[in-house]
Amino acid sequence: MSTRHSRSAARLMMAPAVVLLLGWMLVPLTMTIYFSFKRYLPLRGGDLGWIGWENYVRFVTSSAFWPAIQTTLVLVGGVLLITIVVGVLLSVLLDQPMWGQGVVRILVIAPFFVMPTVSALVWKNMFMDPVNGLLAHLWKFFGAQPVEWLSDVPVFSLVLIVSWQWLPFATLILLTAIQSLDSEQLEAAEMDGASPLSRFFYITLPHLSRAITIVILIQTIFLLSIFAEIFVTTQGSFGTRTLTYLIYQRVLESQNVGLGSAGGVYAIILANIVAIFLMRIVGKNLDA
Amino acid sequence: MARAVTTQRKVTNTVIAWGVGLLIFFPILWTILTSFKTEAQAISDPPLFLFFDWTLENYAIVQERSDYMRFLWNSVIIAGGSTVLGLVVAVPAAWSMAFVPSRRTKDVLLWMLSTKMLPAVGVLYPIYLIFIRLGLLDTRGGLVIVIMLINLPIIVWMLYTYFREIPGEILEAARMDGAGLREEILYVLTPMAVPGIASTLLLNFILAWNEAFWTLNLTAATSAPLTAFIASYSSPEGLFYAKLSAASTMAIAPILVLGWFSQKQLVRGLTFGAVK
Amino acid sequence: MGQITLEKVTKAFGEVEVIPPLDLTIEDGEFAVFVGPSGCGKSTLLRLIAGLEDVTSGAIRIDGTDATDVPPAKRGLAMVFQSYALYPHMTVRKNIAFPMRMAGLSQDEQTRRIDQAASVLNLTDYLDRRPGQLSGGQRQRVAIGRAIVREPAAFLFDEPLSNLDAALRVGMRLEISELHKRLATTMIYVTHDQVEAMTMADKIVVLRAGNIEQVGSPLDLYRTPRNLFVAGFIGSPRMNLIEGPEAAKHDATTMGIRPEHITVSTTEGAWKGTVGVSEHLGSDTFFHVQSSIQKEPITVRAGGEVDLHYGDTVYLTPEADKIHRFDQKGLRIE
Repeated sequence: MSTRHSRSAARLMMAPAVVLLLGWMLVPLTMTIYFSFKRYLPLRGGDLGWIGWENYVRFVTSSAFWPAIQTTLVLVGGVLLITIVVGVLLSVLLDQPMWGQGVVRILVIAPFFVMPTVSALVWKNMFMDPVNGLLAHLWKFFGAQPVEWLSDVPVFSLVLIVSWQWLPFATLILLTAIQSLDSEQLEAAEMDGASPLSRFFYITLPHLSRAITIVILIQTIFLLSIFAEIFVTTQGSFGTRTLTYLIYQRVLESQNVGLGSAGGVYAIILANIVAIFLMRIVGKNLDA
Repeated sequence: MARAVTTQRKVTNTVIAWGVGLLIFFPILWTILTSFKTEAQAISDPPLFLFFDWTLENYAIVQERSDYMRFLWNSVIIAGGSTVLGLVVAVPAAWSMAFVPSRRTKDVLLWMLSTKMLPAVGVLYPIYLIFIRLGLLDTRGGLVIVIMLINLPIIVWMLYTYFREIPGEILEAARMDGAGLREEILYVLTPMAVPGIASTLLLNFILAWNEAFWTLNLTAATSAPLTAFIASYSSPEGLFYAKLSAASTMAIAPILVLGWFSQKQLVRGLTFGAVK
Repeated sequence: MGQITLEKVTKAFGEVEVIPPLDLTIEDGEFAVFVGPSGCGKSTLLRLIAGLEDVTSGAIRIDGTDATDVPPAKRGLAMVFQSYALYPHMTVRKNIAFPMRMAGLSQDEQTRRIDQAASVLNLTDYLDRRPGQLSGGQRQRVAIGRAIVREPAAFLFDEPLSNLDAALRVGMRLEISELHKRLATTMIYVTHDQVEAMTMADKIVVLRAGNIEQVGSPLDLYRTPRNLFVAGFIGSPRMNLIEGPEAAKHDATTMGIRPEHITVSTTEGAWKGTVGVSEHLGSDTFFHVQSSIQKEPITVRAGGEVDLHYGDTVYLTPEADKIHRFDQKGLRIE
């Protein structure tokens, strides 16, 4: 089909998708960069002229910046740690012979399909509420003082909620990867005298390394822009303000668009650093 | 080769796996159960699991008070519209990249993927501004476009990986058998591509349904979908557990059902074909 | 009718020329086999004839008319692919009917031809199944069935047996040969397996790096290989190729002698040697004999039940009139 006619037809067929995405990328990006060099306060005078790099400097020197970075790192790191460790264990467990494997799989995957606002609200009110929450009942049952989850350990609570949402994703991908492991490899290792534990560490885990990398990269990109969970639980109070939420507040709540845009540029750079690694892996896969 | 396993081991596996599975599923189960309780029973101490007076009144109240159907309809329009529109744009693009690849195909695909990595918050204000200028703020049409655009890379990728699995020899065979381009697309390609297109449609409907950044920030009263409807329970209505549960159940039920069908495609769709 | 002529055909992918100028004629009704090691250009040549690739220069004639720029569907050829390329979403019946549907044949005619093909290929019971439910051999038959019903000027086979196991392969080989006898249609068959070539072909075309090394009947190639490459490629086990003083005795750089043209004796002969590994096939035995004339062992064919063992001393004598001689360039000396 490599005739000249089909080539030009192919280019024509790609055009709408390429043009749309190009516009989606370039127009807002250019505007964000444009605003980031301006003093721009829509409700307090509007466009107040060019101010060079001031927004960029102010954004990183504001007292909210480093705590936000710290919260972001703890949130992303914590969720990654929990979902990967539990995900690996779960995928190994689900790969074992058992009755009703399909049903268990669905039970485990289900949280992924729950919309973020629902899961955040359900956890906030029905589980983490210090008076009527189920966890409070559980604590009282064991004679302990109920925890005020979202004000005492707010970031940990968020990590818990978000981990619950993303655990299915990690488990499902790792399970798919485990199932592609040639069982003869494990049997060969068994013949070579490897114990189940060393089989796991020397065969299964290395086989999973690529899938784990992919899970880390994809989750990182999504976790960096976590929004709804914070929006409906703490609204960014109690030190749960992530970089994303900080930018959101600067732009829409305090309507300091210039400052927020500078923050947006930082966020874009950060996401791109992660994206480069992901793209490399995906790109290599394309050649295979 | 699969090996025979002792029954005892299988029983152990089964018990542990079901235990863990139910634990993970529990918040959903608890929400569904609570939605059938009265408000008093919902906060009773100790909590009631199965032995309470099952009632449907919460569903009636939620529907009556908050006009649930309107939010549901908005969700259906936004998720369905953005997915269908996305497919219309993506099918030709993915088709040409899979069957008439050029040296730049790989770069184009990766570039498309990179647009998916753009943090939404980074472009929030520009989009907000554009929406105001074009009168798209709080309209379903505006959201259809934005959500179509954020999911377009995933749609193109999924379709591309499905199309690539159609062996070139089959298309050559069709040509040898006398099929022109029209017949080739109609009788050979389309029937073989339909399962892939269906899976793509399903997964992207789910992703669009659950999208909760743009739907929260670009809608107000008229075009808000279920994500925003639930967020409105944030306080103080959220303290009415039974009603919150009923509303939540109604918001997630359709997707849980669709999700059950899409579990196989989930991996491929969300890893851009890197894990199959 | 199905005479196919290639005139000065070349094919280049970008800068790389895979087929240098090549002339070849395949007569109507002939069973021609393109054989050669992988990467020799034999599949490319077949695809050029099919029209699935465009020639870079030169002309392809089918029955005397220029078909160089005719699209594949209009060339009147049918092809059986290596992967069979069956349409997975159609039943066997629909698969076989597809080319006829494209050609707009009447329903009655389609049914008649399908039934006929199915009975020839033993597919009658499977017509309503889908390819996924068939075994490899059955899929192969469906692919052939799809080719037959078109009543093409020529059949093109692209390594059709390479995905089958050894036993099935022998069976299908016979079936395809029988089909050729019955239909008397031109067939062009690509393979890397010289046994398939020898057993099926009327005419073998030996290819290497896009060049035709030799064209001829199986026995021509067996008796008078034109060069060292053909000598080594055709015949199983391979011809023994001996260099050095032994070859010089016959005024050649290399002398060749096939394993079946060497007599083995325990008492006397031209070359003395020691029996190494032996392969007992029942009907024949192949001995690998280590001799003083060269480092590599010499392969010898003996009868089925010869009582020789590892380490025994034997004497080998080549049959004088079966010796092949090659010059410095590897070309045959007559």
